[in-house]
Order: sequence, then C-alpha cells, then structure tokens
Amino acid sequence: MRVVKPRVLVVDDDSALSEMLGIVLRNDGFEPAFVADGSRALGAFKEIKPDIVLLDLMLPGLSGIDVCRAIRAESGTPIIMLTAKGDTTDVVLGLESGADDYVVKPFKPRELVARMRARLRQHDDFVGETLTIGPPQSPVRIDVAGHQVTRDGHAVSLTPLEFDLLVALARKPRQVFTREVLLEQVWGYRHAADTRLVNVHVQRLRSKVERDPEKPEVVLTVRGVGYKAGPT
Amino acid sequence: MTSPLPGEPQDWWSRHPAVVRGKRWLDSFTSLWRRSLQVRVATTATVISAVIVLIIGVFLVEQVAGGILRAKREAAISQARVGLESARSVLGGVDAGVVADVADAQQQIISNLTASGTSAGLFSIAIESSTVSSTPSAVAIPKALRRKVQQNTLAWQYAPVPAPATASAEERTVRGLIVGEPVSARTGLFELYYLFPLTAEQQTIALLQRTVWLSGAGLVLLIVGTSLLITRQVVRPVRVAARTASKLAAGDLSQRIRVRGSDDLARLGRSFNDMAGSLQRQIKRLEDLSRLQQRFTSDVSHELRTPLTTIRMASELLLAYREEFPGELARSVELLHTELDRFEALLADLLEISRYDAGAAKLDSETADLRGVVALAVQANEVLAMRHGSELIVNQPEEPVLVDMDSRRVERVLRNLLGNALDHGEGKPVEITIGWDENAAAVTVRDHGVGLRPGEAGLVFNRFWRGDTSRSRLTGGTGLGLAISLEDARLHDGWLQAWGQRRHGAQFRLTLPRRAGHTLLSSPLPLTPLDEED
Repeated sequence: MRVVKPRVLVVDDDSALSEMLGIVLRNDGFEPAFVADGSRALGAFKEIKPDIVLLDLMLPGLSGIDVCRAIRAESGTPIIMLTAKGDTTDVVLGLESGADDYVVKPFKPRELVARMRARLRQHDDFVGETLTIGPPQSPVRIDVAGHQVTRDGHAVSLTPLEFDLLVALARKPRQVFTREVLLEQVWGYRHAADTRLVNVHVQRLRSKVERDPEKPEVVLTVRGVGYKAGPT
Repeated sequence: MTSPLPGEPQDWWSRHPAVVRGKRWLDSFTSLWRRSLQVRVATTATVISAVIVLIIGVFLVEQVAGGILRAKREAAISQARVGLESARSVLGGVDAGVVADVADAQQQIISNLTASGTSAGLFSIAIESSTVSSTPSAVAIPKALRRKVQQNTLAWQYAPVPAPATASAEERTVRGLIVGEPVSARTGLFELYYLFPLTAEQQTIALLQRTVWLSGAGLVLLIVGTSLLITRQVVRPVRVAARTASKLAAGDLSQRIRVRGSDDLARLGRSFNDMAGSLQRQIKRLEDLSRLQQRFTSDVSHELRTPLTTIRMASELLLAYREEFPGELARSVELLHTELDRFEALLADLLEISRYDAGAAKLDSETADLRGVVALAVQANEVLAMRHGSELIVNQPEEPVLVDMDSRRVERVLRNLLGNALDHGEGKPVEITIGWDENAAAVTVRDHGVGLRPGEAGLVFNRFWRGDTSRSRLTGGTGLGLAISLEDARLHDGWLQAWGQRRHGAQFRLTLPRRAGHTLLSSPLPLTPLDEED
C-alpha cells in the first residue's frame, strides 16, 4: 500500500532556505510545495490544498500576518510560523492572526518536523466519543470522532488545534491543566516552551465557544496554575 | 535620675493641652516656614517693620510727652514765682498757728493769683506750716517735696493731686504736678504748694500715643501687605516654573512656560523654555537612536537568522550521514555542528542584550508558582548534571510560592545559574533553595566548587567576563549569560547577587518582588550561605 505523503506549502522568500527545507522535508516523508511571494500565497494554498503550511513572517508582497489571516478565513489547516524574531509582539501577533505554532529561526530540522507531526497527528482512536462541558443550561457538546462542536444547537467552527485543546480539557473536566501540560498534550512539546501559545489559543477558543469571552464558563482560568474545563 | 514615670512632675508641662497645642502650632508653622517663601518673606517683613515702628514710636512719644510736661512744669514754676510776692504779702500777717486765718489767706491768694491771670492752667493751692495744714484730705504733699521746701528752696514733684471739678466723681485724685515754695512770714515759715492736675496733658499724651501706635500698626500691616504682594509677583512665576519642571520630569516634554514682558522673571521663563526645548530635542534624538538601534537589531536578527537556518539544516543533514564520510571529513562535520550551536547561542545572547541596551525588553508578567519555574530549570539541566556527575538538590516550601513574573525570563535566569553552578561545581552537589516572605521570593543556587576569588563576586555579571579559563566548560557559555540574567532580574525590579569564596564554592541569589512594581527592601534568603558564616 502506498502511503499518502502529507503536502506542505512552504511560504518563504529565501530561495536557499526553501531549497534546504525541501531537501529536509522530502527526506522526512513530506511532499513540499513552494511559494516565495505573500500575495501569491493564498492562490497557491487554494490550488495545492496542503495539509500544513510553513509561513515566514517577513514576506514581499503580503506580510506573513496577512497571509495567515487570509488562510485562516478559508480553512483551519495548521499553520506554523517561521519567525526570525523572538519578540513578544511579533509572536503574539502571529498567533492571534491564526497561526497554531511557531519555530524561531534558526531552528533545528528535527524540531520543525516534530512540530509539524504534532499538528498532523490524527485522532481516529476515539471513535464514538462524545463529551459535554460548560454550564448545564447551555452546555458545549463535543463529538470527538466527527470533529464537531455544538453549543445551544449551533455548530461551532474550530481549527484542529482549538479542537484538540478543547478535547484535552474536556476529557478531564474539573482537572486543572498547567500550561506546560497542555503544551505537551496538545502541541506535542517534550520540553518547556512558550506558554504564550497556550494563552493566545485559549483566548481564540473562548472567543468561539463562550457566550461572553470576558466571563468564561467553559474554559476557566485557575490563577497562578493554568486552565480547566467548566462544570457540566 | 531614673527614667521618668508617667505623671512625674518633671515634664508634666510637656503634656499639658495648651503646650501640646502650642507645639503643634509651632510645628505646622515651622513646616510652613520651610515650605513657603511667601511666609518667610512676610514674617521677616513683619518682624523687622514692627521693631522699627516700635523704636520710632517709643522715641516719638517719649520726646513729645517730655516736651509737653517740661512746658507745663516751666509754666507752673513761673506761676509760683509770680505768685510769691502776693502770697508773701497775704501770709505776712497771718499767724501760722491759726487755722481760720490760714484758710482765709488761702482764699485771698487764690483770688489774687487768678486775677493776675495764669498761663499754667487750672490749679489749686495748699498751704502748710509746722502747725497748720490746708491740704485737701484726699492727697498728701509728698514728704520729700516738703523737706526740700522746708529747706527754703523752690521744688517740684509729680504726685497725685485732687481731681478738678470736671473729673468724674469716682476719681478723687488725678496725676498732677506739685510745685512748692517757701513763704517766710512774721510768725514763721509757710509752705505754699501749687497743685496742677495734669489731666489735659495726660489726655494729649494718650491721644498722641494712640495715634502713634495706630499709625505704626497700620504701617506694619501696609509693609506686610506690600511684601506679600511683591513676593507673590516673584513667587508665582517661580511656582509656575516648578510645576512645569515637574511635569517635564514626569515625561511631558511639550510643557512650556508662558512668557510675558522682558523682566528678570521673563528671562527665567525664556531660559527655562530653552532648556526644555533642548532637553526635548536631546531626548527625541536619543529616542530616534534607540528606535534605529532596535530596528537594526531586528533587521540583523532576520538577515542573519535566515541563512543560519539554512546552514543549520545543511549541517544536520551532513551530521546524519557522517558515518559514510572518511574520518577527517566526519570530524569536520561534527565541529561544524557544535560550533554552529555556539555561534547560534552567541547570536541569540547578543541580540537579547542589545534589546536590553535599546530599552526594548518588555516584561510579560503573570502570577505563577516559582516552584514550577524552578522545576523547569532543573529539568532543563538534568542532562548537564548527569554529565558532570553532580546532584541537583531542591529545597522548596510545601505551599505554592506565587510571584508576578515573566516565567520565561525567570526560568532563563535560573537555567543559567544552574548551568554555571554545574560547570564550576566540580561534580559536587548543587543546592537550589526557594524562600519567600510577604513581599519577596528568592531562589539561591549554591555550588561547592572552586568558588570565587575576593572581588570577583562583583565582576561575574560583566559581559564576556571569564573567571578561570582552565575550568571545565561543557555548556560552552557565551559569556553573556549572567549579564543577561542581571538585566532580567532588573526588569523585574529584582536583585541578582553573587557570593563566593575560594574553594568553598559560590552562591547566587535571585530575589523578586512578589507583586509587580513593588520595591524590594530585603530578601527572604541570606546571600552568604548559613554554613559559611563565621
């Protein structure tokens, strides 16, 4: 049986880096495609329909942030930012515009591949599972196998990452998850990483599932520790 | 004397309500005196003008009153001289021993003298002799005066005299002047006394005094008011300048003083504005420089990192196939790889420290458990500890130690301190202790290795400072680690300090305020390890 290789869209204007990324990704069993211009990124995305996007933040044409927003408006395909800046503002801006994860240049190829694999992980081992969290009068129902989330009868559209985050919290309601544990379970980090990833994505998740994101009922903050799912 | 007991008499007064009130008033005045130029000037003006007015007033009153009394006295004496002849002729035939005769004589003299006209004003007379006295009962001729007159001289003295008819009923005597003269008669020596009431003169003097003191007080008030007005004119622009200066200091660089006219104060305002303008220009220039520096840092970061990523990936690929390369080539690939790590670490540290230098580093604070951060730093150093054969011992409290901090930065500091301790710990255990109190939390990292030479504790935070080059170095430190850690601690308003002694090891202590923005006053843990104190 021929294994289907995951398609990767690499959006980077540095040809040497793109070529090197191509070599590494092909070695690791991916099928890379390349685009060097931000303004052509969305067209290439629609045409290639990649499983994952590697996106440089500094691009000619359209900026990485804008490309990220455009792709996110279209689909929930995982996006990993390649950033040369470790600055808080750039990383947070990228995450807020919809990126799932980021690697800081110069990254180790193994690290990048691990990040990509974590985002491409399939959750087909939880067939038939349904979870319910949130306040009893307005619960959030999660159909894990069908990748469906509903609240008050309306479907809530989540990216795979947001879905994974919600499922991780919902599987053990009332248990408090530290950001580090969530990074490990959802993002697949084996070592401590940037906990801002968790903060930003919890905010994004809340904006979709909470009735009032300022007063969360589904994903609750436990001050000084982390997060937990609200009572069912 | 022993210490005073409550209620002991020696200082009862200091607790007396009036004294306490007075002290409080004095205190508030003293502080006002120190604070307000206007109060100082006004008070000084009051005191000085009051003293001057007092001196002039006293002198004036003294002079005029003396003049009035002198004139009165001279008039009285000349009156006595004028009356002498008439008195002598009247008294010549009177028997000094017969009372009725003396009274008659007195009437006679008065009518004579009144008829002759007088310039010395109203007066009454009294006649005394060794046997007879016609003095009104309410007054007595002073003995000293009588003695002088009895010695046959004309004499005078101020003394109470009978009130004239115009005076109010209660006053039987008023101040007066008594002039006495001896009148020799056939039967002996009579003493003739002229009693002048000084009521009119006293009224004149009192009026004079009132006028002088009232106008003096008015003058003082006028001077105080004028000085207040003048100081106000001077102080107001100074106050405006002070207010503007403090606004400038608070960061509002666009503040200026409104200048009118061309006097000294206007000049002050103009130079102040010039200063503010040049300050603003300087700060703007520095800000531009800082922005430029940040921009440059960011650009260098991006431009350097992209090719470095490509090189890094290529080297990883080569490393993966190094088994297939001949010996020297394989070793070269390994060297390329490890040195690339160092290069990367150095670049990262350089960029980080340039961010601090540009003032671009920002805290991303939230409340977190310090124990968790320590655990992460320990975890990150476990491999290194194993390679050194050192044990990492953590002493921590049972309960969470919640601190407002940028966990990423604090973990970086601790990771760095642990790496250093392991590198210099000569395989001996490294102890990490967490301590906390109400205001602060602290972590100490202690090693028992080579330690520090005297004076080195202050140098370790210097950039690219190397202690002992012969030390084993597994982390390949960049030489910027502690400098960055110090900046990280400072960004938290915290402390990072070092203690060390040759062959006794070293201890680094990180102290952080538990609430963001609080000022540290003390650390919950000692900098010098307890077992090293002597």
